Amino acid sequence: MSDLLQIAALVVLVTVAGGLLRILRGPGVADRVMAAQLLGTGGIAVLLLSSVATGAPALLDAALTLALLAAFAAVALVMTAPGRGGRR
Amino acid sequence: MSLLLDTFTILAVLAGLFFFAAGTAGLLRFPDTSSRLHALTKADNLGLGLIVLGLLPQMGGVLPALKLLVIWGLALLAGATVGPLIARLARQEDAPP
Amino acid sequence: MTGLLADLLIGAAILALAAGTVTARSAFTATAFFIAYGLLLALAWVRLGAVDIALTEAAISAGLSGLLLLGAASRLAACPVAEERAPGPVLKALIGLCCAAVSAAVGYAILSLPEPAPSLAEEAMAHLSVTALGNPVAGVLMSYRALDTLLEAAVVVLAVIGVWSLAPAGGWGGVPGPIHPRIEQGPLALLARLLPPIGIVVAFHILWVGSYAPGGKFQAAAILAAMWLLAWLAGLATPPRISSRRLRLAISAGTGLFLAIGMFGVLAEGAFLAYPPALTKALMLAVEFALAGSIAVALALLVMGPPEPEDRA
Repeated sequence: MSDLLQIAALVVLVTVAGGLLRILRGPGVADRVMAAQLLGTGGIAVLLLSSVATGAPALLDAALTLALLAAFAAVALVMTAPGRGGRR
Repeated sequence: MSLLLDTFTILAVLAGLFFFAAGTAGLLRFPDTSSRLHALTKADNLGLGLIVLGLLPQMGGVLPALKLLVIWGLALLAGATVGPLIARLARQEDAPP
Repeated sequence: MTGLLADLLIGAAILALAAGTVTARSAFTATAFFIAYGLLLALAWVRLGAVDIALTEAAISAGLSGLLLLGAASRLAACPVAEERAPGPVLKALIGLCCAAVSAAVGYAILSLPEPAPSLAEEAMAHLSVTALGNPVAGVLMSYRALDTLLEAAVVVLAVIGVWSLAPAGGWGGVPGPIHPRIEQGPLALLARLLPPIGIVVAFHILWVGSYAPGGKFQAAAILAAMWLLAWLAGLATPPRISSRRLRLAISAGTGLFLAIGMFGVLAEGAFLAYPPALTKALMLAVEFALAGSIAVALALLVMGPPEPEDRA
């Protein structure tokens, strides 16, 4: 079971890393924020899967922190995004 | 019983992986920002949700399982509030300055 | 095998994001890269088995530094003086050479490390029971190297003074940072009301487990600061004026208490920062809680920035 969950974590990591291409390409600010959001969610999934796979409960706390801070970071990105009256 | 639970875990995690892969594919391949946002929310809500669901029987206790649900709840809350904000931002970007 | 693949993937993604951060054209894009970079760095620390650092990385670099840099970017965009003159080819070559030299020196230093690396980990673990703490990282921070932690806490206070001293004419004593319009409705108003109570509970949890598992005051403080900043972004919480005595007391209370307990050690045990054995755990917890509160206020104020002149606000 542990091996399978580790492979699952790797698969999530691969898909999320693929999503990073969207940050690179853009084109708009909204697309970059979306990719960052996906990275946050994927990071949480990776932490949860590795927590169960390796029997490390501390990773759950890391996932909890990431869940809070990823929401905060996404809001910060949207609130300060250029185009809201600022320069592009 | 444990075999049944393990099978449930594997199936739910696999389904979660599918939604993550689909969300990422959509984020990369869909032509416009709104469709990409639609794809992203699937990965956010269903992908993580199914993985959480699959991991629940493996937590070995009620409290760690509750913590897992709280993490998913937070991700849902964040997704539900950031989604409209991103959509508004995309509309502003499309509009001529 | 999966471990190696994961390491390679994380390493490659971190390098790609670092390159993206450096080469991005607009400051906003560079910051989006930097936030993603911080998130991945947290995963890298998890792979290295350093969950304490992963927590800090996720909280500070992905969350707070992101908003700090975004604020800096929008401030720069607002003042045309900061429009950069592109450096000439000679200067560019010189900068490149210096960067390459530093990278080469760091690479050489890492490659010439002795194998296995010298470690005090065993000794630290052997005496951990004296500190009444279960988390070796907390033991090192609060007991073995308490002086370093005290100085770090003092640095945060000094940093706030440094940021405040950048206040423009007419701004001193005012409300720190730009003022955000109050948002009454919509998704952001909901999140800014719902998330902080949950965040405060999580921060206390992280602070409390810090004595026996990864966590602690810096991580908890970063979460608390982020929650205050969220309410600030939505215009729901106006920070007090920087001339407020209570605000200044809140920033310096943690370091002050730590210092007082250190001096108490001189009187009781004959050495600065020596804790009497019977009181060790209680004193350390008192310092942890006081520092968490003070650092949270200080971190939030660092992100908010110096006060702006009254008439412009």
